[in-house]
Amino acid sequence: MKDNKFVIAVYVDNKFGVLTRVTSMFTRRGFNIDALTVGETERPEYSRITICLSGDGYAREQLINQLRKLYNVKKVDVLEQDCIKRELMLLKVKYTKDSRADILAATDVYRAKVIDYTTDEMCIEVTGDPTKIDAFIKLMIPFGIIEMCRTGIVALERGNTTLFD
Amino acid sequence: MKLTGAEIIIKTLIEQGVTDVFGYPGGQVINIYDALYKNSDQINHILTAHEQGAAHAADGYSRATGKVGVCIATSGPGATNLVTGIATAMLDSIPMVAITGNVPCSLIGKDSFQEIDITGITLPITKHNYFVNRIEDLADSIREAFSIAKSGRPGPVLVDVPKDVQMALYDYEPQDVAPKIPLPLGDEDKIAEAIKLVNEAKRPYIYIGGGAAGLGLGDEIIELANKIDACIGCTFMGLSAIPDGCERFLGMQGMHGHYASSMAQNEADLIIGVGVRFSDRATGNVSKYAKNCKIIQLDPDFSEINKNVKIDCGIVGDVEHSFMAIASGCEAKKNPEWMERVEALKLDEERFENEIAEKSTAPLTPKKVFDVINECKPANTVIVTDVGQHQMWTAQYVKFDSVRRFVSSGGLGTMGFGLGAAIGARVATGDTTVLITGDGSFGMNLNELATAVSHNIPVVIVLMNNGVLGMVRQWQTLFFGARYSNTVLGARQTDFVKLAEAFGALGFRVSTQEDFNKAFEEALASGKTVVIDTLIDKDEFVLPMLPPGGSIDDIITNVKK
Repeated sequence: MKDNKFVIAVYVDNKFGVLTRVTSMFTRRGFNIDALTVGETERPEYSRITICLSGDGYAREQLINQLRKLYNVKKVDVLEQDCIKRELMLLKVKYTKDSRADILAATDVYRAKVIDYTTDEMCIEVTGDPTKIDAFIKLMIPFGIIEMCRTGIVALERGNTTLFD
Repeated sequence: MKLTGAEIIIKTLIEQGVTDVFGYPGGQVINIYDALYKNSDQINHILTAHEQGAAHAADGYSRATGKVGVCIATSGPGATNLVTGIATAMLDSIPMVAITGNVPCSLIGKDSFQEIDITGITLPITKHNYFVNRIEDLADSIREAFSIAKSGRPGPVLVDVPKDVQMALYDYEPQDVAPKIPLPLGDEDKIAEAIKLVNEAKRPYIYIGGGAAGLGLGDEIIELANKIDACIGCTFMGLSAIPDGCERFLGMQGMHGHYASSMAQNEADLIIGVGVRFSDRATGNVSKYAKNCKIIQLDPDFSEINKNVKIDCGIVGDVEHSFMAIASGCEAKKNPEWMERVEALKLDEERFENEIAEKSTAPLTPKKVFDVINECKPANTVIVTDVGQHQMWTAQYVKFDSVRRFVSSGGLGTMGFGLGAAIGARVATGDTTVLITGDGSFGMNLNELATAVSHNIPVVIVLMNNGVLGMVRQWQTLFFGARYSNTVLGARQTDFVKLAEAFGALGFRVSTQEDFNKAFEEALASGKTVVIDTLIDKDEFVLPMLPPGGSIDDIITNVKK
């Protein structure tokens, strides 16, 4: 299944309602999104949407074609497998006198940061490749995760090229 | 020149070449209707009985001419009543602009009276839509709407304008008609590849769809067929693209297509698809469709290539250009074996048809109705249908003499489409317009008789009345053990002659071919809207039939009654 995962970057008009147009197309054509992020870009008139999905070659082709048909979509690309992917997670975990040192050690190894700290829980910020985030979550489960949220990934291709080249 | 938003809307429509609009007034479009009143010398408004009728009329207007059809409705229920009409246009790629009013911006999002998020609702059924909340954007949004509707693969566009924007004042300067953005030309390498495939083919089949129906390429298609010794078939939406009388034309293929056309397509070694999208009704089970065959597809929409079936050579862009390039680039040749086979299939088809005709002793059968229509209809008659058995009989039997003379809801299959669309087609062309409908479909939107009568828009309505929902009944007979759940309409007791008269139209009732002939001629001569209540048997079948999800091997050519 893992090989089927791919990342699409989409430049869209930075206008009211455009994200809905993109996501409603996914629903209507039966595509399932794993993660989606959206934000401003180096060009103020455009937003960049990063979408993670899984699917075969047929699904990939269909998805690109259907995205390209939307009037507000300006540029669509499937990113190379080796593109730079980053995700941010905030995670609240319980600690006790006994577990505190272990959690802090893991935080250190993962180059994560403790950003909130009370008598019985701490909130940790982790940034990195989604697989690193997955690994960190796995590590935290035994301690008792209280709450967590992930941003979904943002991604750029390596080198000096852009989507518009 | 400073105008109100409502006036800008009407002035922009006039600027874009619109002469007729269909619609229904309401609270949030009063200003637009006031502007229509003031400009009634330049733009003709046709008041329908229901907004759905207005949407279908705009659609029929467009199908019969290629122009962009326009409809107007108020907010809330007015706008939602357009939805079926917009979706109908979307599925058949019909250029249309729908304008809706909405509550003032200050009331948006508050569940105000007759407030609805119509841009949200129509997102998946429009090519694009606009919520115009700034007067500065109004005229340009409408211009863009026209450009989008008619460019590339056409489709419907909705423009939603809140009431305060309609009332605001802003500068307006007329502009030229928004351009139809030209399609890119097909890739030359692909065209060369296609020519190679055509040259190698021994059993070519030229396959015409809705994307080619309006192009007027009939003669060129026949010329190519002659050159490479091919047969020609079409989809439902491709009907009327090929003028009747060409020996190579086998008619529609697919679920209820002509036997020879479906069989020949299955046996072909090359399908040259021109503006077709390989819909499920045309292909049946895709895993068994055209298995031993290469497929060339010419289409303006890149997303159609490989969508439903695997394409060997897809050429995206200007269909006419690609077609002409292939037609002029390929070599002339003869395929005597293929032609022999096609002739044999045609004979088989004739045999099946005769068997059915011989068994039928009824005084009036669908075939007999269409024999009369073909015989009597004047040149350039627009044939409009609703949806169901009558629609498929029309597709099978009617002989078309020119393009854009067949107006029917193919993709969405909208019962109730016909009367509104016929009104639109008649307004657009001024040509004789015949609506073929059934008692089920007609019952859905017969209120538009009021529109036809009040605006003196004569439509000859052939109401094929069998007292049942015939197409569903046919499936129930074949696949559901003849359990006729909710498809018998006999208890309704509607007197369609009295109904027609009540609306101010003429009504006839016929049950023999002779009477139908007389009534049809009288209706054509009357110049009025006429309902011909045409009584046929409830167990007439549309044949042949490929069962849903089946393949050509499952074709049903006859049914024991």
